[in-house]
Amino acid sequence: MAYSEKVRSAYKELIDGIRNDGLFKEERYIHSEQGIEIKVEFPAGSEPRDVLNFCANNYLGLSSHPDVVKAAHEGLDTRGYGMSSVRFICGTQDIHRELEEKLTAFLETEDTVLFASCLDANAGLFEAVLSADDVMIADRLVHASVVDGMRLCPAKHDTFKHSNMEHLEKKLQEHQDARYRMIITDGVFSMDGDMAKLDVICDLADKYDAMVVVDDSHATGFIGKRGKGTHEHCGVLGRVDAITTTLGKALGGASGGCVSGRSELVEMCRQRARPYLFSNTMAPVVVAAANKVLDIITATTERRDKLEASTKYWREGLESAGFDLKAGDTPIVPVMLYNAKLAQDMARDLFDEGIYVIGFFFPVVAKGQARIRTQISAAHEKEHLDKALEAFTKIGAKYDILGKSKDDIIAKYGL
Amino acid sequence: MAMQDLIIEYIKDEYLEEDDEVGLDTPLISSGIVDSFSMVSLKTFLENKYNISIPDEKAAPEAFDTVRKIIDLVHEFNPDAE
Repeated sequence: MAYSEKVRSAYKELIDGIRNDGLFKEERYIHSEQGIEIKVEFPAGSEPRDVLNFCANNYLGLSSHPDVVKAAHEGLDTRGYGMSSVRFICGTQDIHRELEEKLTAFLETEDTVLFASCLDANAGLFEAVLSADDVMIADRLVHASVVDGMRLCPAKHDTFKHSNMEHLEKKLQEHQDARYRMIITDGVFSMDGDMAKLDVICDLADKYDAMVVVDDSHATGFIGKRGKGTHEHCGVLGRVDAITTTLGKALGGASGGCVSGRSELVEMCRQRARPYLFSNTMAPVVVAAANKVLDIITATTERRDKLEASTKYWREGLESAGFDLKAGDTPIVPVMLYNAKLAQDMARDLFDEGIYVIGFFFPVVAKGQARIRTQISAAHEKEHLDKALEAFTKIGAKYDILGKSKDDIIAKYGL
Repeated sequence: MAMQDLIIEYIKDEYLEEDDEVGLDTPLISSGIVDSFSMVSLKTFLENKYNISIPDEKAAPEAFDTVRKIIDLVHEFNPDAE
């Protein structure tokens, strides 16, 4: 079929619909390396301006760290730019094996296999290890890529209310006739910043004979005393059967992901996971830099310790200014506004004050749960946090929401 | 218990928090109360309870968007269900 005017206008109508629904996503062009002090062109065509970044997943501040950039240069010089192959033909270098071994040691698992992204890891894992005789039981707030991976898998699927352990137990009881049960959750939930109750989940898994899979993308590198992730924080090292995680957030932030866990599950991914079998290997330059990142976070907890302290300072600052926050103690700190327009208006005003944050609203979060999600980094210094707190307080006062409860904000702005 | 009450009870128990209410015409999926991925447990409940099999092409999110539509769907496959 030709790309006729009829087809073109149908797509245009769809795009207009997205725009009219207020769901149109626009990119903001960054004219600098990723970091806290960045230059952003927004709206498109305007003069780039200096702003402080409070919306990156750059939790450990390693995205542009000189040692990481240097390691990338060395990787480029010694292992080249591309591999022009999937892993199992001629796309595996010594540094790929080295990174898998370092991740296995850091996460305290049995084995690890790299993917081009954690989205690919999630897309590949379930189909590779489960069949139609099995059941996957997922928390209702798992990441979209986990949902996609489950949809690609022939096993039955079910869900439990977010972090509701009684509901999970009921589901495990209901599915005792399945061959294998697999409980699937995020470690840290990306929109709310809360943590899965992995200790309870692992106990339920033991009681009802289930495997546990955790997407720890928003935790690896900084959650837990040594930054190993949610499994360390919850005291269940060695009890999670598979962890999927990313190298695209705290661990340098470039790209790449992995499945790390029981050696047989990892081997099944190598043999059967389609994104591993049919997609290119991770680029040598990224692997070389990621190896350096693992060296840095294994040698010292300095960065995750600073992140923890900064998160506490930021959260306490917002709370004492009178903002309504989602409870939690991760570097994801959502400022709750409930109304979508209020979230967008405040994010725009904060940008004008030199603070780069984004408003999130339905369908990214549930209706009536609009918020500005702030994310703290080990690269934030106290003066960055103070400047942002000052700007938040000014804009919060402008919209008269400081010290106001959820009901007050909804009464004033609606849902 | 009448079908309407039974379905509302299931939806409240399965998807809602304690203080949430749902009526015959409350939008469930288009409003975000129930996400389409979690809808599968409702489909299984209806199939087991009313001894029906809802084919995938009939199990579109729109068909589950209100309790009234769900009752219509059940009746399509089991006209005698009460």
